[in-house]
Amino acid sequence: MNTQLLRFITAGSVDDGKSTLIGRLLHDSKSIFEDQLSAISKTSEKRGMAAVDLSLLTDGLQAEREQGITIDVAYRYFATPRRKFIIGDTPGHEQYTRNMVTAASTANLVVILIDARKGVLTQTRRHTFLASLVGVPHIVLAVNKMDMVEYSEDIFNAIVAEYRAFAAQLDIHNVTCIPMSALNGDMVVERGDKLNWYQGEALLEMLETVVIDYDVNTEDFRFPVQWVCRPQTQEYHDFRGYMGRVESGEISVGDEITILPSGRTNRVKEIVTYDGKLQTAYAPQSVTLTLQDETDISRGDMFVKSANLPRVAKEFEAMLCWLAETPLDLNRKYIIKHTTRVVKCLFSRLEYRVDVNTLAHHAATMLNMNDIARVSLKVQQPLVLDHYSKNRFTGSFIVIDEASNNTVAAGMIV
Amino acid sequence: MSSHQFSHLDALESESIHIMREVAAECKNPALLFSGGKDSIVMLRIAEKAFRPAKFPFPLVHIDTEHNFPEVIAARDKLAADLGERLIVRSLEDSIKRGTIIIKDLDKPRNPYQSVTLLETIAEFGFDACMGGARRDEEKARAKERIFSFRDEFGQWDPKNQRPELWDLYNTRVLPGENIRVFPISNWTEMDIWEYIARERLYIPEIYYAHTREVIRRNGSVIPVSHLVQPKPGEKVEVLSVRFRTVGDMTCTAPVESLASNPQQIIEETSTTRITERGATRMDDQTSDASMELRKKEGYF
Repeated sequence: MNTQLLRFITAGSVDDGKSTLIGRLLHDSKSIFEDQLSAISKTSEKRGMAAVDLSLLTDGLQAEREQGITIDVAYRYFATPRRKFIIGDTPGHEQYTRNMVTAASTANLVVILIDARKGVLTQTRRHTFLASLVGVPHIVLAVNKMDMVEYSEDIFNAIVAEYRAFAAQLDIHNVTCIPMSALNGDMVVERGDKLNWYQGEALLEMLETVVIDYDVNTEDFRFPVQWVCRPQTQEYHDFRGYMGRVESGEISVGDEITILPSGRTNRVKEIVTYDGKLQTAYAPQSVTLTLQDETDISRGDMFVKSANLPRVAKEFEAMLCWLAETPLDLNRKYIIKHTTRVVKCLFSRLEYRVDVNTLAHHAATMLNMNDIARVSLKVQQPLVLDHYSKNRFTGSFIVIDEASNNTVAAGMIV
Repeated sequence: MSSHQFSHLDALESESIHIMREVAAECKNPALLFSGGKDSIVMLRIAEKAFRPAKFPFPLVHIDTEHNFPEVIAARDKLAADLGERLIVRSLEDSIKRGTIIIKDLDKPRNPYQSVTLLETIAEFGFDACMGGARRDEEKARAKERIFSFRDEFGQWDPKNQRPELWDLYNTRVLPGENIRVFPISNWTEMDIWEYIARERLYIPEIYYAHTREVIRRNGSVIPVSHLVQPKPGEKVEVLSVRFRTVGDMTCTAPVESLASNPQQIIEETSTTRITERGATRMDDQTSDASMELRKKEGYF
């Protein structure tokens, strides 16, 4: 048994049939349990509905119902014999930028929903821009409610053409477009018999087969040290292991490495795991490395291959998504967590703000919640950086407000 | 290019190891909550994978309701001893003696009171982070909770004021008196747990496997007969082959009828079961649509 894990999110509003789509995926893949189904049947009945409303499966908490708010992201799980799935379900409407960026940060794939009657809307462009900003490797355009347009191939083709033209501007290439009716179950799990002109895969089949092996960067070895292991027992008297996760690339015993930011070189002596020693470790394995020469290494240092060095810098630019209700204050120092390093930072300049609806750039003097901007920043200690587009792990950081300890922004290095 | 095959269990395990190491590195005084139940036994194996050949950089802590199955308590003590790790046990009885828990009916389920003893234990040792084996697939309040779940100085969870959690960059900062609950196996499902138990050949208490037991049927549930639960007049004691899907308070944990006597058979049963884990076995979660949410807000795990 060697099934893979795929993480995906859905973008769209309730009006696009998002909850119905998730409900349909869970229901038709037999991932809904009887007690869940009986609970939503009771609620559907109470609300006077004729059929079971599958969208209730994603219904919220008491706190949300009472206060009319939506909590940003709920995670749902289902499995087929071919794959395991984690859905990051983000309710739409207000604060959408913040929610989608949060959920998309760990996703392999995003399903962007369109109402076939309405076609490509401003929100479609916004969702697509955010997916490209956060570097989600695969996009599915789900043209839903095909039942409302008589399953018309022409309407579908026109929407796809318009969407592809827009996506090309954002340098997005991995787009799969699927016509469907979540309500009737056409092309979600089952193909149905109304969309015979469509030759591609139904949504679930696509989710089961899309190749995700190369979603992680397999080229550039990056290993941020998380924890230094020094057992100091009789048996392991001199053992000094550097624990962490291979965030990208691979490493083998005997490889020469450079330790950043110091720049000293060393060689991998052993790759230790609980299940025995390895010859080679690949992303995203969590392992322990021992080195040939003894040197002073601590959490926050990064191991890389000497022939493939990232940038070490105290000043850089990034795309920033502001997440907090308190706006950015350019006069204050913040804290950055980047890989396993925590440093103080100052935002030296706002280059521009992006209008997520038109993609236009505007001059900016402040940032509010949901704003996205290109910024210049300075950090107190050097960071070991890659471009976010090349490496999601060494190209991302979070910003923490020292006063509230809250996470206030997400950054992507450019 | 690698031809390395990375299964979903490998991916989940690596994520959980990464989370535990972040806790060890960034939190000043963490603890791992360990009950002897299957999820916390999986957590122990992940801790071994994260920190061996060294000892765990945190103690194991159990909040004992004294309503636990004896087989589970025995497994708890055996596993902690086998690993040579420090186990701290604090009991609801201590809180009852102190007067911080007042229970009218000593035989009623005690889960609601666990929060009190947990918060007292956190204060006693000054823990700033407690790792637990809760999973998001268990319940809809959990589905919306972060992996690093911030609690205020009253131990309370505020579902509408959670810190955004992006990539694998966890914000572990707290002020003195506040703490964080960390759920390293948030993304695992019941099936993943069983597959992992099978793959790693983990020892778990025998009551997870099919065994014959005296039970009674009450309010639509099968309840094990014990010194805490005795048949009322008119209730018939039956002997059934059952297993437990969860092991909690003896007075409110219901077994399911089953003949599955090893992890592989349980995996087969789990893949065809039509009832959620908590729906089948936890009577305390069925009292209202929001019971778990309410308990979490009061400091429950």
